[in-house]
Amino acid sequence: MGGLFSAYAWGMVWKFRSTFLLGLANTAASAAVGIILSLILGIIFGLMATSEKPVLRAIARVYVEFIQNTPVMLQVCFLYYFLAFSQHSIGILPTGMIGLGVYHGAYVAEVFRAGITAVPKGQFEAAKSQGFNYFEEMYYIILPQTVKIILPPMVNQVVNLIKNTSCLYIIGGTDLIAQTYSFVTGEITGGAYGPAYFVAGALFFVVCYPLSRLATNWEKRLKAREVATVAKAETAAV
Amino acid sequence: MIKLVNVCKSFGDLEVLKNVNLEVKEGEKLVIIGPSGSGKSTTIRCMNFLEEPTSGEVYINGTKLTKQNRIQVIRDNIAMVFQQFNLYPHMSVLKNLTLAPMKLHHKSKAEAEELAYHYLDVVGLRDKAHVYPTALSGGQQQRIAIARALCMQSKIILFDEPTSALDPETIQEVLDVMIKLGQEKNITMVVVTHEMGFARSVADRVVFMDHGQIIEEGTPEHFFTDAQNERVKLFLSKIIR
Repeated sequence: MGGLFSAYAWGMVWKFRSTFLLGLANTAASAAVGIILSLILGIIFGLMATSEKPVLRAIARVYVEFIQNTPVMLQVCFLYYFLAFSQHSIGILPTGMIGLGVYHGAYVAEVFRAGITAVPKGQFEAAKSQGFNYFEEMYYIILPQTVKIILPPMVNQVVNLIKNTSCLYIIGGTDLIAQTYSFVTGEITGGAYGPAYFVAGALFFVVCYPLSRLATNWEKRLKAREVATVAKAETAAV
Repeated sequence: MIKLVNVCKSFGDLEVLKNVNLEVKEGEKLVIIGPSGSGKSTTIRCMNFLEEPTSGEVYINGTKLTKQNRIQVIRDNIAMVFQQFNLYPHMSVLKNLTLAPMKLHHKSKAEAEELAYHYLDVVGLRDKAHVYPTALSGGQQQRIAIARALCMQSKIILFDEPTSALDPETIQEVLDVMIKLGQEKNITMVVVTHEMGFARSVADRVVFMDHGQIIEEGTPEHFFTDAQNERVKLFLSKIIR
């Protein structure tokens, strides 16, 4: 059981707890920057994907398809080694942030595209008929209406991104998974597989589970509110 | 005020408008009628470039409408009321009314709200200022949409079948508001509708469209008493009860 029931192994984990906390901090940092980057890319490419201009739509399509149909680990490796061998290495953590941001940006772009497409055509026409330009139309009228559609899948992307920080391990990262691995294979600390991976899993869970719950509750609340407005509308119509 | 010169519009192979020429004078109340698919909605949508003509020109107040100046010309001159109301569902009635005046005409919040309440009074819905659109009946939503158009303080208001999506019992409340507007000398109204009663009480001129062309025009009385074209007579016999 890899020492899951060994007090000694648990003791080792506790003694070297800073290893795990450092991993968690690195995971959190790369996830945070990755999330912001994926949001920026997602909005830009999501808007391009719904543009009237075929060129912009094509560019967005290529980005999304290319990124979604190759493994994230490959992308991170490619980015890291490409930069390293062209003498432009930016370091492991920044590479991870960019790699994860670009990868999830493709998914976030699809989330935005779906959200924008779900807004009725009449809303775009009303905005145009009042003389709003494209960005005003998106900012004031269209994007606010997509929020309730895109919130739940967006939170899923955030959770997935946090979990995907584990692929930084392959480029020698110091994320939570990498830290755990070096702990269990270390000369002094080695052997406490069970407790170490249990703790790493627990740390991931502690971060991701509240986010998932948040998404579920949000969805429930928005649905309940919708039912309430419809009921109110029906009462008003009578 | 509005001038369409040789306007053609095709969707793929389908020719929707064939050489439409039409001039609307300042303050004129024009009603466009015709069977469905005749191109009347496309005609009115060409006036604010919701549809861009395939060929031909649109002039607003003497300015030729182009892709480049569209936003500015519309902002300054034209408002529109839609069949499906198209109120912004994520905003209260008051915000629906004040958004464009504040963001596009740079009015202060106080000015915009004063304007909004003024036009809410015109459409008789001052008490709904803080309600969301989904809580309103269709007729009320359309009256709010008219108030929103009025808040633009445009010289031209386009109405694209404003009562077609309404329950029969709420049509009149919307028509009453539109008839009231019809008395404003300085507002130019172009209305696509089948409501001949409305046309009779408000319109200065009625044009009849069929197959993408204007085939007859005249005063409402002309259409009631001595329409010439057989197609027009047949159509009118079906909608005048």
